[in-house]
Amino acid sequence: MEKDHIIGLPAPRKEGRDKVTGKARYIDDITLPNMLYGATVRSRIPRGRIKKITFDPGVPWDEFVVVSAKDIPGENCIALIENDQPCLAEEIVNHPEEPILLLAHPEKHLLPKAVEAVNIEYEPLPAVFSIADSERRSEIIWGKDNTFKTYLIQKGDVDAIWEKAAFIVEGEYFTGAQEQLYIETNGMIAQFDPKQGITVWGSLQCPYYVHKALMALCGLPEDKVRVVQAETGGAFGGKEEYPSMIAAHAALLAMKSGRPVKIIYDRAEDMVATTKRHPSRTWHRTAVSKDGKILGGEIEFTIDGGAYVTLSPVVLSRGTIHAGGPYYWPSVRVRAKAVATNAPPHGAFRGFGAPQCLFAIERHMDRISEAVKLPPAEIRRRNFLKPGQTTITEQIVREEIDLGKLLDRALSLADYDSKRQRFAKQNESGNCRKGMGIAAFLHGAGFTGSGERYLSSVVGMEGRADGGVRILVSSTEIGQGTNTILCQIAAEALGLRYGDVEIARPDTTEVPNSGPTVASRTAMVVGKLVQSAALGLKQTLAGCGMLGRNYTPEEFRAACREYVSTQGQLRSFAKYEQPADIFWDDQNYRGEAYAAFAWAVYVAEVTVDLATYGVSVDDFVALQEVGRVLNPVLAKGQIAGGVAQGIGFALYEKVEWRDGRMQNGQMTNYIMPTSADLPPVRIFFEEMGNTHGAYGAKGIGELPMDGPAPAIVNAVVDALGIPFDSVPVLPENIFEAVSTTGARENTVPSAGRG
Amino acid sequence: MTSKERAKREFSLVINGEPKTLRAHPMERLLDVLREQLGLTGTKEGCGEGECGACAVLMDGALVDSCLIPILQAQGSNIVTIEKLAGDARLCALQEAFLECGGAQCGICTPGMILAAQYLLNRKPRPTMEDIREGLSGNLCRCTGYTQIFEAVAEAARRGVSA
Amino acid sequence: MRSDPADYELVAPANLQAAVSLLADDPGSWLPIAGGTDLMVQYAAGTLRARKLVSIWNLPDLRRVEVLPGEIQIGAGCTYTDLREHAVVRDEFPLLVRAASWTGGIANQNRGTLGGNIVNASPAADSLPALLAYGADLILISVRGERRLAYRDFHVGYKETKLAPDELIRAVCLPRHFAGYVSYARKVGTRSAQAISKVCMAALARVEGGIVYDVRIAVGSVAPVPLRLTETERILDRKRVEPSIVALARKTAAAEIRPIDDIRSTARYRAAVVSNLVAEFLEKLRAGDRP
Repeated sequence: MEKDHIIGLPAPRKEGRDKVTGKARYIDDITLPNMLYGATVRSRIPRGRIKKITFDPGVPWDEFVVVSAKDIPGENCIALIENDQPCLAEEIVNHPEEPILLLAHPEKHLLPKAVEAVNIEYEPLPAVFSIADSERRSEIIWGKDNTFKTYLIQKGDVDAIWEKAAFIVEGEYFTGAQEQLYIETNGMIAQFDPKQGITVWGSLQCPYYVHKALMALCGLPEDKVRVVQAETGGAFGGKEEYPSMIAAHAALLAMKSGRPVKIIYDRAEDMVATTKRHPSRTWHRTAVSKDGKILGGEIEFTIDGGAYVTLSPVVLSRGTIHAGGPYYWPSVRVRAKAVATNAPPHGAFRGFGAPQCLFAIERHMDRISEAVKLPPAEIRRRNFLKPGQTTITEQIVREEIDLGKLLDRALSLADYDSKRQRFAKQNESGNCRKGMGIAAFLHGAGFTGSGERYLSSVVGMEGRADGGVRILVSSTEIGQGTNTILCQIAAEALGLRYGDVEIARPDTTEVPNSGPTVASRTAMVVGKLVQSAALGLKQTLAGCGMLGRNYTPEEFRAACREYVSTQGQLRSFAKYEQPADIFWDDQNYRGEAYAAFAWAVYVAEVTVDLATYGVSVDDFVALQEVGRVLNPVLAKGQIAGGVAQGIGFALYEKVEWRDGRMQNGQMTNYIMPTSADLPPVRIFFEEMGNTHGAYGAKGIGELPMDGPAPAIVNAVVDALGIPFDSVPVLPENIFEAVSTTGARENTVPSAGRG
Repeated sequence: MTSKERAKREFSLVINGEPKTLRAHPMERLLDVLREQLGLTGTKEGCGEGECGACAVLMDGALVDSCLIPILQAQGSNIVTIEKLAGDARLCALQEAFLECGGAQCGICTPGMILAAQYLLNRKPRPTMEDIREGLSGNLCRCTGYTQIFEAVAEAARRGVSA
Repeated sequence: MRSDPADYELVAPANLQAAVSLLADDPGSWLPIAGGTDLMVQYAAGTLRARKLVSIWNLPDLRRVEVLPGEIQIGAGCTYTDLREHAVVRDEFPLLVRAASWTGGIANQNRGTLGGNIVNASPAADSLPALLAYGADLILISVRGERRLAYRDFHVGYKETKLAPDELIRAVCLPRHFAGYVSYARKVGTRSAQAISKVCMAALARVEGGIVYDVRIAVGSVAPVPLRLTETERILDRKRVEPSIVALARKTAAAEIRPIDDIRSTARYRAAVVSNLVAEFLEKLRAGDRP
């Protein structure tokens, strides 16, 4: 086989030049003639009935466009999975910051005062603010029982294992909400024309999600709604489903006013009103043999979905399937549920349920290791999935992955054994305690089970008049490198130079629906379709006799030019087809959950300062098997960025809630790591290939989010000898734990550990 | 002229080497004047509270957050934005290095980062990694985890950056 | 951005005299704004109550440092960068330079001023403990002339100071008598850079023959105002650093402060950390570390 000539190389970012020169146009950089600015009037209470709305004097209301639910031409809902979330609240509000009215005015500086001048009287209703409150069901705030969704996984005979167990280990683990904190806030511009329909431009991940939502909301057919992605300044899932809401708002104002309308959230509004990572509670009860092997267990995984369904069933799904970690469970029962609370709906954030449940299982493995008196590395080694074994959904591990070897390599890179020996001595005195922690995990790429078949993604490739090719996908560049790697794949597939390939801006009038840019699917699934579409193009040219078997890039370009000038449009489309060996039983939640898993072992070294109770991460090894590294600079960038967010999740990022509303909605009080808080992250890849991914690639976008929190918390536990089962672990938490139990004086391992 | 328009005053500054005169309310933020009146949208708003550094520009050679500066205080000053650094068609060494090292992912923090890096290199042409970390500590990036940004700055320093 | 620029007046007097004249015309109606790193945040959040502001940014009379034999007079309009770069401040007042270096990021340091930090009077302000530890004096100026005030008397309550409505701080005076002192500064923030402090300590003392003299311990973020731990200083004065003294100092310090629970941290945590930082400082004195 010929050596790849561009795959695996650090091809420069396709849109990079515009980004480093400041020429890239994000939505707030764009102004349309005659444009109005829009703002949202939001609920100040968590739950209640709207009694009266009045407009205070002192504002020139006649200059304002005012939109309420009554102005919605189609359905008052943001269409997603269930249609329970209104675009604008009409009678009842179910969370703080819920949108009620929209205002627009030519002068944006008049809007904040106007928003404050809208007076809404409520009749408050009792509200629910936690998973525990929701489960208690003393107040039903959604459906019949506050439950959005449940799943049940059953494998083997769980009830029979307890009596065989030498150890029964129980633990309960909690993760909090996390704000995506993309540096560019949410924004949209909408324009309405009675003949052409609605056009929106915006910061978004999934143009076709917005397209679908606007069709229903505006009562418009497919060809009268156009969605265009502007350069997007970070998303991380926070712009997966939320943009449909802000697009709907801009569209309504545009329709009512007849003028283009721009809505940009400032940071405070974006933080308090938009989606966050689902808070979670995971309970484990595990039966373990005397030699440390998992016999089976019960897992209860519960997530807080906020006030409306939105994507909770899918987040729950991914969390449920990943709940067992990279281990072999002969038997297991996983009961998963998503419950409602009166907070703004929680939503997609990198990892999407997996960081929550993987935190739990990896903390739990360390708890098991303590109970069984085997070292954390050894307990994992004895339980790792091996080729031929089945996951908790009974998916057979078909690739020759050797997790024990991956673990060994990670430990060696981290200098784990000798450091822990050294730390044991160091921890006997002084004002610092050092520790090391391991996290082993996996992340399934692509949509679950039959999800990809349901999406039925389509990718197009076009031969241009000048001889180059253009990729047509709705997959968006949000910083992760979509543009670059898809162009690399096309160039590779066609034997062209990187510069011969371009990619169209995602515009629903120009590109087919290649599915949402989520679920770590773009490189793997969409990339493979790009490959197919490219080959289709080549076949068309060859079929006309314009291209031989071997050709140079120039010859390809000449053939393409010839085709276009003589035959007209040159296009090829490829549509997703589910591989034959992917079988998923949606009823019993069993089968091939994902076409491919990426595997990883992360190792963290921390210091706990006993003067300030602060944790610093001194070294971090991130080792992962990813199928194929398509672009080493981009791949490294994904891991480094994901680890940084994971460190934030573990140690810094806490949403302070009061009555369902985020209190620390400013960058000064919601703490994300600065460069001073992050260690140099040492990143290593292994490549085993993947038949279902472009050039063997698996998805890696979300993988790095799963490992840092458990690795770091395990390291803190190692340092202090005190359990922590909740993230974030703040210095205040460490202080309370240390002053109650006292940090252990040394970490000399007891017999059997080491 | 409306009374609101009358309340505006005239300000003169040098922007990217060119003298400019404009009318604005004295409390308009320099950030908004740059972006809206002068069409220089390379400078971004990420937080409006001087935390993220996406709005960073050079004012009389000093790195400042333009979201915190009323235009009146910029009267008579020399402002440099990201648009100045791309001298015609060529990228400066920092911009080249950012491209090669993966210093820009989503790109929204990039203009501020490059300005901060430029300021650092203007004062410390051979910075240590610690210098780079400190020099950029007021610029938040959510995508990269900073490593490749620091590599880019170090690389630009190695190649020599013209002030 | 939640404020309308059209609602605000902002004027820039040409010099210090013009500025204080304006303040005297209608005391309390003009709010001075220097670097704007606090006020512009309030403005953008829509919480700035003042509608008339007078810019005192970069007034030469406020932005110079006068080095006299016995003291240094730092203009209130000096930025944190000015402080970090001034040779005498760097050499003789390390607590202040450290505080300047951990105030915000570089861009904030290029604009934030010492006077602004004092007048804004946040108990979490970074430079205030250093000024207390050094026993600073303030020179206040108005049309009525100048007056000099011990900084330790300046803060009377939460965000309440002795500054008259028509006054500005002209300069901060620091006595140049700390050669050979051991200094200790530590800020415990929500993260390692660009953070509001949860606890902030600036301390120094002279150590001779293992005995501690002239000890000063100042703390921020643990009371409505920045605090000198005078009781703790008293029990340390002329003592040798020994475990019993350290234990007593910890206890005394914890009792002197009045920390609260707030959005960033808890009272219990703050109290524990202050106690630990006092112990760290004493350990530094005992070990004989130099400045």
